[in-house]
Amino acid sequence: MWIEDCNCKKQTISIHQKRKPMNQNLNNVIRQAESAILGKPQQIRFALTCLLARGHLLIEDLPGVGKTTLAHVLARTLGLQFGRIQFTSDMLPADILGVSVFERDSFRFHPGPIFAQMILADEVNRATPKAQSALLEAMEEHQVTIEGATRALPMPFFVIATQNPSHQIGTFPLPESQLDRFLMRIQMGYPDALAERGLLSGVDRREIIARLSPQMDAAELLGLQQRAREIFVSPALLDYVQAILRHTRESARYMHGLSPRAGLAILAAARAWALIDGRNAVIPEDVQTILPGVVSHRLQTAGAYQSAQDLIEAVAIP
Amino acid sequence: MSKSLIYGLLLCVLMVTAPHAAHLPLWVSALSTMLLLWRGYLAFTGRPLPNRPLLLTITVASLTGILVEFHTLFGREVGVTLLMLLSALKLMEVKTNRDAMGLIYPLCFIIITNFFYSQSLLTGLYLLVTLLVITVVWVHLHAPGSAFKSRLKIAAILLWQAIPLTLILFVLFPRVQGPLWGLPQDAYAGSGLDDKMSPGSLGRLSLSDAVAFRVTYQGKVPRRDQMYWRGPVLWDFDGRTWTPGHATHGVAPHFSDTGQPVEYNVTLEPHNKNWLFALEMPDKISVPARITSDFQILSPEPVNARLRYQARSELTYHANLQESATQLKRALQLPPGLNPRAQQLAMSWHEQSRDNMEVIRLALANFHQQNFHYTLDPQPVDSIDDFLFTTRQGYCEHYASSFVFLMRAAGIPARVVTGYLGGEYNAVGNYYIVRQSDAHAWAEVWLDATGWQRIDPTAAIAPERVERGLSTALNDETALPLMGGAQWLHDLRMNWDALSYQWNQWVIGYNSERQFAYLSRLGLASLSQQVMYLAAGLGIVITLFALYMLRHLLKRERDKTQSAWLKVCRKLSRAGLPRAPHEGPHDYAARVAAARPDLAAAIEDLAERYIALRYEPSQDENTQFIRHAAAFKA
Repeated sequence: MWIEDCNCKKQTISIHQKRKPMNQNLNNVIRQAESAILGKPQQIRFALTCLLARGHLLIEDLPGVGKTTLAHVLARTLGLQFGRIQFTSDMLPADILGVSVFERDSFRFHPGPIFAQMILADEVNRATPKAQSALLEAMEEHQVTIEGATRALPMPFFVIATQNPSHQIGTFPLPESQLDRFLMRIQMGYPDALAERGLLSGVDRREIIARLSPQMDAAELLGLQQRAREIFVSPALLDYVQAILRHTRESARYMHGLSPRAGLAILAAARAWALIDGRNAVIPEDVQTILPGVVSHRLQTAGAYQSAQDLIEAVAIP
Repeated sequence: MSKSLIYGLLLCVLMVTAPHAAHLPLWVSALSTMLLLWRGYLAFTGRPLPNRPLLLTITVASLTGILVEFHTLFGREVGVTLLMLLSALKLMEVKTNRDAMGLIYPLCFIIITNFFYSQSLLTGLYLLVTLLVITVVWVHLHAPGSAFKSRLKIAAILLWQAIPLTLILFVLFPRVQGPLWGLPQDAYAGSGLDDKMSPGSLGRLSLSDAVAFRVTYQGKVPRRDQMYWRGPVLWDFDGRTWTPGHATHGVAPHFSDTGQPVEYNVTLEPHNKNWLFALEMPDKISVPARITSDFQILSPEPVNARLRYQARSELTYHANLQESATQLKRALQLPPGLNPRAQQLAMSWHEQSRDNMEVIRLALANFHQQNFHYTLDPQPVDSIDDFLFTTRQGYCEHYASSFVFLMRAAGIPARVVTGYLGGEYNAVGNYYIVRQSDAHAWAEVWLDATGWQRIDPTAAIAPERVERGLSTALNDETALPLMGGAQWLHDLRMNWDALSYQWNQWVIGYNSERQFAYLSRLGLASLSQQVMYLAAGLGIVITLFALYMLRHLLKRERDKTQSAWLKVCRKLSRAGLPRAPHEGPHDYAARVAAARPDLAAAIEDLAERYIALRYEPSQDENTQFIRHAAAFKA
C-alpha cells in the first residue's frame, strides 16, 4: 500500500510572506497562475518547487480535475516551449524521442515532442513500459541517444506527467523504481465550492490560457534554479532530515526505508520551497510541507494505512 | 488481523500444548484440538468469532470438567490443563493485535510447563524451535507486511542475542537443590524394575529401550559376564510372585576373601524407588545410602531426580559366611503344598548327591539337558511344575524363580536377585548404557564354604545372553525394538545417546554442588559474593545500555540555543500550550500566537531569533536570544 500524501498542511503558504519579499517575478508567476487555476495555490507552488529543484512532477488524479490546465498555465506563464505527449497503449519510443528519415540523399533527424522545455506527459500509465521508459530515461539523463547520436535536451527541462489512479482499467502503473524519478507526486483534488463556482461561471479556461503572458524567461528561470541550490541548510536541519530517514528505515510500519536519493530529494525540494517562501535557509516546516509530495510515492507501508502526516508526527524535530 | 497471523498464532498454541497431549486427559486434548480447528476454520472462511456467552459457556464447562476429573483446581496437572484450555480459548477471542500480544506473552511462559514432564535434549530442542516460531509470529505482529524470510531472520537474531545472557544466568544464577521444580511427583515415573517378580514381569521390560542408568568405568572394565547390577533382592514366594518380604534383622553385610576391585561412576535415571544399582558385590558408594544385610543399596529418599554416584565393588567375594539363622530359615521357606512334582524332583537330587554343590550342578544340568527354551514370549504358565515339566519355555524370571524354588526344596538356602545384566557400550562417549531391556533375574544360594553365591540359571540355557546380551540370545522369532537394524542406525543411536549423556551431565546435572565447584575454580567461591557480582555486572551493563540508548537526548540537551528554546516550550507547556515533538518553531509560534494574542509578539520574536540561530547561516551570538528566552513568561 502506498502512503497517501495529504495536502492538509494548513497556512504554511502565507505565514512567512510578510517578512521578506520574494523574487518579484516569481511572485508574479504565482499570482498569474492562481488567477487561471482557481483554488489550487498549494499545487501551483509544488509544481514550481519541482521546477526550481530541477525535478519532475507526477500528478495523479482522476481525469478532469485540471492536471492539463496546470501544465498549460505554467508553461505560458514561465515562457517555456511547451510539448505535449499524449500517451497511448500503442505508442513507441520513437513517437516520443523522434526519428531519422531518409530524405533525398541522407538521413535527417526529426526531433520528437520530447525536445521542448516543458513537457506534459499526459496519462503516462496508458503507455506500455517500453514507451514509459523512453520518457523516464530522458528525464533522468537530460539527453536522448537515438541511433548512436546523443542529443542534449533544451534547458530548462521540466516534465509534468499525469497518471490516472491505477485501479482504472487498461493502465500500466509505473513501477516503483521509475516513480523514484519524479521528485514529487501530488494530487489535484476537487476544487472547493467557491473555486468551483468561479470555474463554472467564468470564462472558458482555454481563452484564459491564451491570454496569459510570460512573466519570466528561460535565463531567469535557470538563475532561480541556481539560487535554489544555494539555499542554506544548517546542521540542525540535516539532523532532522536524517532522523526522518532513520525512522522510515527502523520503523516496522514501512516495507523499506527511504533511500539516500530520497534524502537528497527531500533537501532539494525543501530548498526550492524555502526560496518560493522567501527565505535563504531551510527550516523544519519546509521539510514538513514538501515531505508528503516527496515521500508518498517512495514509501510503501507495511500493513495499516499511514499518511505522510503520520510520518511527520512520528519524528521529533531534533 | 491477517489470516496468516491467525495461522501463526494457531501454530504457536499447537506447538506449545501438543506435548501435553501425552499425559493429560483425552477430553482436554480433544477439546483444545477442536477449538484450534474451529478457529482455523473461522479464519479460513472469514466468519465472525463466536460471541461472548458461548465462550463463557465453554470456559465454565471446561472448568467443571477439570473439577470432575481432578477434584481440585490446584496442582501441577490441573494448572497445565487449565493453561492449555485457556490458551486455546483465548485464541477464540483474538481480534486485534493487542489481543494477540496478550496471547503471545503467556505462551512464552506456558512453554516452560513442558519441562515439568521431560528435560531431555530433544525436549529442549523442540522447545527452542517452538520459541523461534513464537518469536517469528511476534515479529509478524509488529511488522505485518514483512516477508517471512526477514521475520525469520529477525527472530533468529533475537534468540541468538539472548544466548549469551542465558549462558551467564545459567552458570551464575543460584541453583535450586533437588528436582527442577521441587514438586514431589515431578520425577519421571516410567516403567522400571519393580520390587515384585512374577512370570512375564521382566519380559515386559525387555521391550522398553528406556535408559536405566549409564556407567563409566574407571580403570579396568570387568568382563561382560561379571556385569551383574544388583537391584531388589526377593525372598518371599507365594507360588507365583516373588516379593522382598518383611526384612528381618540379619547380620551386618560383610565380605571376606575379596579381590578384583572395580570402580565406576553411575548416572542413574530417576525411577522413584529407593534402591541404587551397583555391581556385585558393592563395597563403597559416594552418596549417602545404606547397604542392607542382603547387599541392596538403599537411598534414604526415592530417587526422583537424575543421580550421579561413584561406587566400588569386589568382583570376587565371600559374602556373609556367617549368616544369621533366621535369614537362612527365611531362605528355605516355601509355600506349602504347591508344585509337588518339583519338590519331589529336588528331593531326589538331594538324596542322590553328596553335597549341595552337586545338587546345584544337577539342577543346572537339568535345564541344560531337558530341552528348555529361552524365549521372551513363552506360553503362559500356572505354576513352577507347569513350567518345569510341560512348557519348558521361559525368560530369566522363570528360570530364576524355578531354580530358587528347587534349591529351597532341596534344602539349600536361596533367594532371587533382580537387577540388570551387561549393557551396551557406547564407543562415542566411552561409557555403557544399561537399558530397561537389560533387566535380569538370577539366583543366589548360601553355601557353608562360600557364603552367598550367585548362580545364574539363564547361563545354563542361553549362555550368550550373559556373554553377549539379549539380542543375540533370542532367535529372530521376536523383534526387539531398537536392537536390530543397520549399522548406521546403530551409530546414530550411539552418537545421540552420547550427546544426551553430556546434556544430562552438564545441563540437567548442573546442580548447586557443581556450580559451587565451577565457581570456586573461577574464584567466585562464596555464593552471596557471586550474586553481588552478578547484580553489579548486570547493573553496569544495563546502565551502559540505557546511556547508549539515551545518547540522542543527552546530545540534544547540550546545545545552549536549543535548551533555551526548549525552556520556552516548557513554560508554554505549563501554561497549557505544549509543543508537539514534531512541531517546528514557526508553526508552534503561529499556534501560540493564535491561542494567546498577548504572547504573540514575544513568541514570534523568539521563534524568529531561534530560527536565525539554528537554521540560518548567521554568525550571531546566542546570548541575546538566551536572555530573551529566560525572561519569557507565559
